[in-house]
Amino acid sequence: MTAPLLQVDDLHVRFPISGGGLLGRGRRMLHAVNGISFSLAKGECLSIVGESGCGKSTTALSILGLQEPTEGMIRYRGLPLAGPGAPGRMQRAKAVQMVFQDPYASLNPRQSVRSSLAAPLRLHGFTAGSEIDGRIEVMLKNVGLTPEHANRYPHEFSGGQRQRIGIARALILEPEIVVLDEPVSALDVSIRAQIINLLLDLQEKLGLSYLMISHDLSVVEHMSDRVLVMYFGQIVEEGGWREIFEAPAHPYTRRLIAAIPDPEKALNTAELQDCVSDVPQFAGRSFISDGSTAPDVFTAPAPSELVEIGASHKVRLASA
Amino acid sequence: MRLGFNFWLGTGLTALVIFAGVLAPWIAPFDPVLDADLMSSELPPDATFWFGTDAQGRDVYTRILFGAQISLTVGIVSQVINSIIGVTLGMTAGYWGGWWDDLVNGLTNVMLAIPSLIFALAVMAVLGPGLPSLLVALGLTNWSWTCRIARSSTLSLKSQGYVQAAQTLGYGDLRIMFTQILPNMMGPILVMATLGMGSAVLSEAALSFLGLGIQPPFPSWGSMLTDARQLIQLAPWVAIFPGLAIFLSVLGFNLLGDGLRDSLDPHMRTRKP
Repeated sequence: MTAPLLQVDDLHVRFPISGGGLLGRGRRMLHAVNGISFSLAKGECLSIVGESGCGKSTTALSILGLQEPTEGMIRYRGLPLAGPGAPGRMQRAKAVQMVFQDPYASLNPRQSVRSSLAAPLRLHGFTAGSEIDGRIEVMLKNVGLTPEHANRYPHEFSGGQRQRIGIARALILEPEIVVLDEPVSALDVSIRAQIINLLLDLQEKLGLSYLMISHDLSVVEHMSDRVLVMYFGQIVEEGGWREIFEAPAHPYTRRLIAAIPDPEKALNTAELQDCVSDVPQFAGRSFISDGSTAPDVFTAPAPSELVEIGASHKVRLASA
Repeated sequence: MRLGFNFWLGTGLTALVIFAGVLAPWIAPFDPVLDADLMSSELPPDATFWFGTDAQGRDVYTRILFGAQISLTVGIVSQVINSIIGVTLGMTAGYWGGWWDDLVNGLTNVMLAIPSLIFALAVMAVLGPGLPSLLVALGLTNWSWTCRIARSSTLSLKSQGYVQAAQTLGYGDLRIMFTQILPNMMGPILVMATLGMGSAVLSEAALSFLGLGIQPPFPSWGSMLTDARQLIQLAPWVAIFPGLAIFLSVLGFNLLGDGLRDSLDPHMRTRKP
């Protein structure tokens, strides 16, 4: 069996938080990510969902090399991507790129579109001006812009166009994996669909693998092949989008799905209660948290494991 | 692009100082040092001596034109030195953090705690009077605010998406600092530098007034004020015109600094054809 494109094994990230005492007394560790494991196959879109602060962005930053993992292994095509033996920024750049959430902060206001696309190409060894121009032109067409847009500065574009430029920049080095950090949540609702469709078209056309981070479940439902539900640094449920959206098992997942606004149903809190109380039971095992109370982030979580409850559908349970 | 009246006033005054300094040898009616004539000392302004004459009978107008050379040199060179030191320390401290940040912060706090004029005085006392030591003294003592601003700008720019994007695209630290961070903080740095030019001109005047700067008989606005001290009641023009020159040039640099900040704002820049 060949190694998956991206393999994350038992990833832990902890941040030291300085306490009130002198000389570092009271220094505590914030457990941001507690033993995440997953793999990403070629051409797949895997989504990580969860609330703010659940560790999903930290996981993404670790894969991008912007955050050093405390423990665990990240492998790209079987080779380490973090820790000892990790490649430098240059090699990593050709493997993983990122599309940022805020299109207004993610483009350098002093660089024209052409220069923000040409600089990475030059850095990675493209010297012929005609080739650089050609690649920029193709990429701008790919993301639905015209070559004339290349000479403009970011402030001359709308939010949706900026996000297209951000996507073009992420793809200009032809990476295999693209991390999408809330790719549409900062955009107007009216142009979200355009960007989502663009991302799906590009995925098919260029054979990309997406790792999407989101708390917007309607976007996740539309785009993902598989979904990881994260809660306080752990995966609480994992499965194909159909399993997650049609047969959610963990109370936290159910709560998240119940919170999707549905225009056909009036907001009904009784219904919300219902979906949480009616969770399936598993003999001899229990949920360690139903996601309604926040656990202490300064202690390691209680032991539990992901249990397979169906084909490619896992949920986190503790014994007894 | 619309720029305000203040910017044009600042540009005009700065241009005036530059013209005066650069063209002094050709437009000055007399020699600033050699044309001393005790018979025509302390004459009030008239058609020949536009700004009057000083105690040695030298033309005040001529000496102000030549003094502009000193003020310009001091203002520009000392601010270039200050900006290079301040930006280098502040940007690397903000970007890398850690012990280097602590060290730079400590150094900046020490520099801020010592009055810069006193520090410059001490440096001048060691190096001796004269233009080169004046440049060194003012260049080494006023970088702390620039450093602070460079550091805080770097800290806020570092978390911007485009800096993270540059990291994931494989840019090295230095390349990120020079292509992503520095261009986006040039505005405040340039404003600091032009404002600093004003205060450098004032410091030069103060040090020359105290006898540590430009040595007589060569003219600088500060040393002209020193000479005028005893005459202020008999011949006030000897003090008024150098004072006015200092005032207008400092005002010009400051207004120019404000105007530059506005024009460097990318939102006011129009597209290249």
